[in-house]
Amino acid sequence: MFNLILRRVVIAIPVLLTVITLTFLMVHSAPGGPFDEEKAVSAEVLAKLNERYNLDQPLSTQYFDYLSGVLVGDFGPSFRYPGRSVTELISIGLPTTFELALYSILFALCVGVLAGVLGALRPNTALDYIPMSTAMIGICIPSIILGPTLILVFGIWLEWVPVSGWGYMPGDKILPIITLGTAYAAYCARLTRGGMLEILNQDFIRTARAKGLSETRVVVVHALRGGLTPVIAFLGPAMAGLLAGSFVVETIFGIPGLGRFYVEAAFNRDYTMILGSSIFFSFLIVSFNLISDLVAAALNPKLRD
Amino acid sequence: MNNSLWKDAFDRLISNKLSLFGSIYILFIIILALITPLIAPYDYAYQDLDLGPSGPSALHWLGTDTLGRDLLTRMMYGSRVSLMVGFLATMVALSIGVIWGTVAGFSGGKVDTIMMRIVDVLYGIPFIIFVILLMVIFGRNLILLFMAIGAVEWLTMARIVRSQVMSLSKQEFILAAEAMGVSRVGIIYKHLIPNAIGPVIVYATLTVPQIMLLEAFLSFLGLGVQAPLSSWGLLIRDGAVSMEEYWWLLIFPSLAFSLTLFSLNFIGDGLRDALDPRTSDS
Repeated sequence: MFNLILRRVVIAIPVLLTVITLTFLMVHSAPGGPFDEEKAVSAEVLAKLNERYNLDQPLSTQYFDYLSGVLVGDFGPSFRYPGRSVTELISIGLPTTFELALYSILFALCVGVLAGVLGALRPNTALDYIPMSTAMIGICIPSIILGPTLILVFGIWLEWVPVSGWGYMPGDKILPIITLGTAYAAYCARLTRGGMLEILNQDFIRTARAKGLSETRVVVVHALRGGLTPVIAFLGPAMAGLLAGSFVVETIFGIPGLGRFYVEAAFNRDYTMILGSSIFFSFLIVSFNLISDLVAAALNPKLRD
Repeated sequence: MNNSLWKDAFDRLISNKLSLFGSIYILFIIILALITPLIAPYDYAYQDLDLGPSGPSALHWLGTDTLGRDLLTRMMYGSRVSLMVGFLATMVALSIGVIWGTVAGFSGGKVDTIMMRIVDVLYGIPFIIFVILLMVIFGRNLILLFMAIGAVEWLTMARIVRSQVMSLSKQEFILAAEAMGVSRVGIIYKHLIPNAIGPVIVYATLTVPQIMLLEAFLSFLGLGVQAPLSSWGLLIRDGAVSMEEYWWLLIFPSLAFSLTLFSLNFIGDGLRDALDPRTSDS
């Protein structure tokens, strides 16, 4: 187990270094400096600005300065919001995005695992077919279609829920959570069904049934533990997908989170903000992948070698 | 022998109703996209500002958008962009992945280890962020868009091809070819690639909808295709902005796009059952 942790952490380091280096080089090779678009800035002012943001230093110096800043969580100042640091902007947006991602993954797990278990317990019946075909639809319909359609039907036509916001009005969190969570619920359902079907055919389940345990106990205590391994291994990549999905969902529903800040920074060409949040996102995604690999290995000894 | 394998696979594919439906729909969309310039009822950038937004009618079958542009025309031109990005980027991913995987699997040893370590490291990188960065920094260029997407989607392909090649290269007919003095390049082209191609085709089919989705996602955020050009992602974005009064602007492009994604996934699943019966999930 310790070896596995070590190996995974060792591979995560070059990944993060590659990300930081690549993003840094890409942002710095952008045609035109960050202040070029502003209306005719005098050469003197430009020199001052460049000095202030360390842009007059050689690239390698800037790179190592930036790298040592990142290591202690300092992503430098924002170009577009003078006086604010990128770290500050990230910490404003992060809690909202995290809350959205967390609720969505909980929604996905509840709905997906339930549907998957039902399907696996009664394979090839209506209880199996209906949730599984719904899951296929859920996987295929992207959030850019699901979100606006849900708003149109439930927000505008039926007027059941607010059409935008996050915590401003009761019920305004429902549609964003469904929009972001549906595809993952569908994946969870398919993975759970597959995992459970495999486990339920094994000898130790027959033993458990033979010694007279109740069906509920067999399923919940014995089968779920192994049957959920694929779902847990999927949670890391899912979390990564959820963060990327937050770009779209936060834009659609006007939620003031990190995803929307990122898209806005992309539009405003706020280079330090793009650089900082790209690295931050990558760090989150790599960490989630690492954690889910380790949890899956802890649950399933076969994955440890 | 080869022929009967492909014929078997084709029979299995069309006996599956969903993938048959998917194939027909995709064929229809592709033909429509190809002949769009000949049959499109209007010009994709033509604005009828006096008319403005109007619902479906005899003149404009699917209605017009807020600038009075014909929606059907814009959807047809949009399908060209969406399909082109999907297929061309898949070709890019396919070429890189197949070459990388074949070389790694066939060479074995140190070369293989180094090449697959590189894939492992790249795999950990969240590429959606890089594609967004590319779009921001180098402008919203269509060619760059699919090159970038293709260049990041080859990793799984490389892994699949490598494992295929590894298992194939231990078999006798490869040894026989080697013993007869066929060159490495010859073995790769004549024996390895044709035999490893099944799973590659399946994965390529499933990559197309993923890439179309990525393009739509970027265009939806305003970081992909720019007006007056159109793509399905861009149309859905426009539709979402004005759906409160003009629902058809959202519904029709969404429908066309969802059906395309469904069809491609059905074809992929069907092909997997047809070409590679072992890996199909029951």
